[in-house]
Amino acid sequence: MLNYLINRLATIIPTLFFVSILIFGLQQLLPGDPAMILAGEERDPTVIAHLHQKLHLDEPLPIRYLYWAGGVLTGDLGESVRIQKPVLELIVEKLPVTLELAVLAIVIALTIGITAGIISAVAKDTVWDYAANVFALWGLSTPNFWLGIMLILLFSVTLGWLPASGYVSPFDDLKTNLASMIMPAFVLGNAIAAVLMRHTRSAMLQVLSADYVRTARAKGLDERVVVLKHALRNALTPVITLGALEFGTLLSGAVLTEQVFTIPGFGKLIVDAVFNRDYAVVQGVVLCTATAYIALNLIADVAYFLVNPRLRDAHS
Amino acid sequence: MTTAVALATLSPREISPGRRALKRLARRRGAMVALGVVSFFVLLALLAGAIAPYDPVATSWGAVRKAPSAAHWFGTDEIGRDVLARVIWGTRASLLAGVVSVSISIAFGVPIGLTAGYLGGWIDALISRMTDAMLACPFLILAIALAAFLGPSLTNAMIAIGISATPIFIRLTRAQVMHVKVEDYVEAARAVGNSHLRIALRHILPNIVPPLIVQATLAVAAAIIAEAALSFLGLGQQPPAPSWGSMLNTAKNYIDNAPWMAIWPGLSIFLLVLSFNLLGDGLRDAFDPRGR
Repeated sequence: MLNYLINRLATIIPTLFFVSILIFGLQQLLPGDPAMILAGEERDPTVIAHLHQKLHLDEPLPIRYLYWAGGVLTGDLGESVRIQKPVLELIVEKLPVTLELAVLAIVIALTIGITAGIISAVAKDTVWDYAANVFALWGLSTPNFWLGIMLILLFSVTLGWLPASGYVSPFDDLKTNLASMIMPAFVLGNAIAAVLMRHTRSAMLQVLSADYVRTARAKGLDERVVVLKHALRNALTPVITLGALEFGTLLSGAVLTEQVFTIPGFGKLIVDAVFNRDYAVVQGVVLCTATAYIALNLIADVAYFLVNPRLRDAHS
Repeated sequence: MTTAVALATLSPREISPGRRALKRLARRRGAMVALGVVSFFVLLALLAGAIAPYDPVATSWGAVRKAPSAAHWFGTDEIGRDVLARVIWGTRASLLAGVVSVSISIAFGVPIGLTAGYLGGWIDALISRMTDAMLACPFLILAIALAAFLGPSLTNAMIAIGISATPIFIRLTRAQVMHVKVEDYVEAARAVGNSHLRIALRHILPNIVPPLIVQATLAVAAAIIAEAALSFLGLGQQPPAPSWGSMLNTAKNYIDNAPWMAIWPGLSIFLLVLSFNLLGDGLRDAFDPRGR
């Protein structure tokens, strides 16, 4: 176990190193002097000189990288030139909103995706299977920002049931919060539900033909017990680990969903930063998402290792 | 692949594996309809100038936000431009973005993946870690960041999407090469003294093409959505040039009194992406009928 953990941790160090190079490298794509661009429209010479000194722009590239990486390691992701706040503070401020959206979306995705996947596998080649597959294709092919607009048209403009935009903290008013989050959460969960459905279907099909399921059936167990207890429990492990890889889709989707429903989260932060030419914020957001993705992947791998006795035995 | 080749040699009518896959594809109704829809959009894009009923950027203050009618089948937008004409011209931006971005990904991803898979060792380790790093950044967020630093334009959006999708092709090519390079025919090619370059290009590459075609088709679908997303955020095609994503960006502000502005461009993205996804699924089943 310890060996496995050490090996797995060792592989993420070079990955994190290359992520940092990639994100630092983004700045080099800016044409001309970054200080001129970061200084904004006014181009105040004192601001430019200050930025030169602060960002060590007169130093060679590798030295600049070391300064930048050193800052990142101590939690200094730079400062927003527009809002005059540390980038980390901005991210921490916006994160809870996106986290709530993400959690709701995952709940919706798991409920729809796994249910549809089970039905599709159990009723293989029937009309239910085709319907579930059509649902998955629909989920994968619908741009979520368009789905969001169409839901606003239906539930806000035509029926007047839900608010089209706006965000209220759940601590201020839970009911209003849920009313404003249900549409964005569905929009975000929809595409992930499609992926989960496909994973669940193939995992269930594989498990349902396994010997122990045949044995359970031969013992005369109720089919519902066979499917939900014997088959599903084993099929879910790969589904959950593969589902963890959908974290990227979730965050990418959140950027668009938050834009459509005007939710002041992480996604809106990066889009606003792009238009304000607040490059430190853009870099900070990408760095945080990549680090979170790597961490989540690691957790999923370790969890998979822990629940899979065959892998555990192979390593011990 | 070797088994397939062997079977083909045994077959009385000598059908190549590629042709057999195409025959299987032709039998899949969904994939064929999808191919028809894609061809329809390609024709729209090519003949946009001749088909579009109006100039896509011509404004008409007398026809602002008019509902669909005989004169304007899809209605007009907030400054009186014909939505149908803009949807037709928008096809060009979407298809161009799909094809160009995926070509960029293939142009970089396949040679890099081939090198990593074929050579192995520290080169493979280095390339794999770099690929992991790129894959750790969510696709659209990386594309947004790249487009932000490169500057907003359709060309830069295509470059950003292409670069962001490259690691998928590196990883796929690498995995396929590692699978194929231990096959007997590659060993045989090595034994008769072929150079590494020749083995990689003449003996390995042609045998990993089918999964690459499948991935490319699915990647075009993802790239079309990504271009629409970037244009929706204002980082792709710049106004007044038409693009489905930027049309939706404007349309969301008029959803309560001009919903047609949002319906048609969104439906077009959905149809085109769905068709590429169906075609990709069909190709996968056709190349590997045991997969399903």
